[in-house]
Amino acid sequence: MTDWPFANPVWVASGCGGTGRELAAYVGLGGLGAFVTRSVTLQARAGAPGPRVVEAPSGVLNAIGLQNPGVERFLADDLPVLRVLGATVVVSIAGVSLGEYAELARTLGRADGVSAIELNLSVPGGAGTGILDAREPFQAASVVAACRRDLPRGVLLLAKVRSDVLRVVETCRGVADAGADGVVVGNALPAAMPDGRPAGLSGPAIGPLTRRCVAEVVRALPALAVVAAGGIMGAGDARAYLDLGARAVQVGSALFHDPTAAHRVLAGLTEESS
Amino acid sequence: MATPDRARTGSVTPAQAGPASGPIHVSGEVLATRSLGHYRRLTLVAPGVGERSRPGTFLALSVGEGRIGRRSFWIQRVHPEGGHGTVLDLVVEPVGPGTRWLASLAPGARIDVTGPLGRPFALPRDSARCLLVGEGHSAAALTLLAERLRDRGCTVQLVLTAPDETRLLGVLEARRSVATVTVALGSEALARAVTTAATDCEVVYAAGSVTTLRLCADAASAAGGQCQVALEQPLLCATGLCQGCPVVVRDAAGERRTVRACVEGPVFRAERLDWESLS
Repeated sequence: MTDWPFANPVWVASGCGGTGRELAAYVGLGGLGAFVTRSVTLQARAGAPGPRVVEAPSGVLNAIGLQNPGVERFLADDLPVLRVLGATVVVSIAGVSLGEYAELARTLGRADGVSAIELNLSVPGGAGTGILDAREPFQAASVVAACRRDLPRGVLLLAKVRSDVLRVVETCRGVADAGADGVVVGNALPAAMPDGRPAGLSGPAIGPLTRRCVAEVVRALPALAVVAAGGIMGAGDARAYLDLGARAVQVGSALFHDPTAAHRVLAGLTEESS
Repeated sequence: MATPDRARTGSVTPAQAGPASGPIHVSGEVLATRSLGHYRRLTLVAPGVGERSRPGTFLALSVGEGRIGRRSFWIQRVHPEGGHGTVLDLVVEPVGPGTRWLASLAPGARIDVTGPLGRPFALPRDSARCLLVGEGHSAAALTLLAERLRDRGCTVQLVLTAPDETRLLGVLEARRSVATVTVALGSEALARAVTTAATDCEVVYAAGSVTTLRLCADAASAAGGQCQVALEQPLLCATGLCQGCPVVVRDAAGERRTVRACVEGPVFRAERLDWESLS
């Protein structure tokens, strides 16, 4: 496996750090383990109309519709800024087909300053987003295989899978066999906005569910690098995942509550261990 | 590494060093509270935020640990307070659990404050003739602006509107600092007041509902003036991270783009907005 290029185990989760510039107003990005970008697609996407994000009990519902500038503008506008800000960059990608995933991985894998590609294989918005449906483990594995083929050495390939307790081990085994260097467990869970539109639920509300998934995956696949993402608000939540065997954690919705949350988590972990 | 403690005491990344600008995240304190009709005014100690504030910028407040979303408020006023440097006033309309919680806070309560957020109003040349239109609690967005305009020697007319008198903000205070204050209760009175006043103004600044903002935009356009509107969209993080506040604008080339109300706004030039998508 490619070396693990992350200096510490606290990352910013995809879609939760803006373009990086916004977060950098408060805290240095260089101090974090990694900054995962919002999911980049081949073509620009304007995203969904509002309301896009609403509070739910102990969580957040989002229906962003994967708004992003497309890979070309991402490479021109966003990636150079992330590099200047000192971030260890993980680019999340989403495609409408295997071919799109592979093209995105190939293009971004060759760009300077990309440490890893995170395949978003768990878009919670469902069919309405137009993104390839990777609901079955074999589908997730085929995306990994298609991307692995053309990815330069030295760039890690991570698969972000849904925290579906019944399927998560099978999915992780499938993507690992297909060549993923690690998995991210999990994403916002499929849910609905108050008006019934498909949405993703994230935040402390899904923490215990994600923890179960991480525990099962670590037990079944002890050699696989697991990055846990779900409901981390403080250092205690991160510590629980790391104690289970996760190699790193991603802080997401907590940043909406406190833009310094990831640094707070890291400082808490550092304090514990010193 | 920048620790949260450094962030909380207001240090900034090297790119922003120099004159204080941009938002900071600090632990603040409620210094005083006061009822203003239907609203509650909070005076906050939030070290470093006041000095950075400009007209049209806003604050995001945390409402307890259990609620992830922030609640956003216009920075109504920044003033020096002995022993605290500058303090900030904001106006809360208690409409939901979060705002009711804020309105119930007593002096001494601790609260996380992020700000100042967003792009401010652009100020006109000295001595321009300006019309300010504020609706309900949103009129708070115009107080700092009126002060700055007066300092530049601008002529300021203010139209305040609300559904009823308990929701009318700052009439008495405004009469002390602004040349002309007109109160217009109800939509017909507002339309008359704005249309009349706009004919004599070069710049119209508006804060309130989309309906009121559009009325102001149309009146300014008909009178050949400029218009800047302070848009209030539902914000979750308010800091540009969540992409939850889409606003469709047209760029210089006429291309439609979706931007964030919190970062690319909340103040927009009226002619850039795609009004149909806002209604």
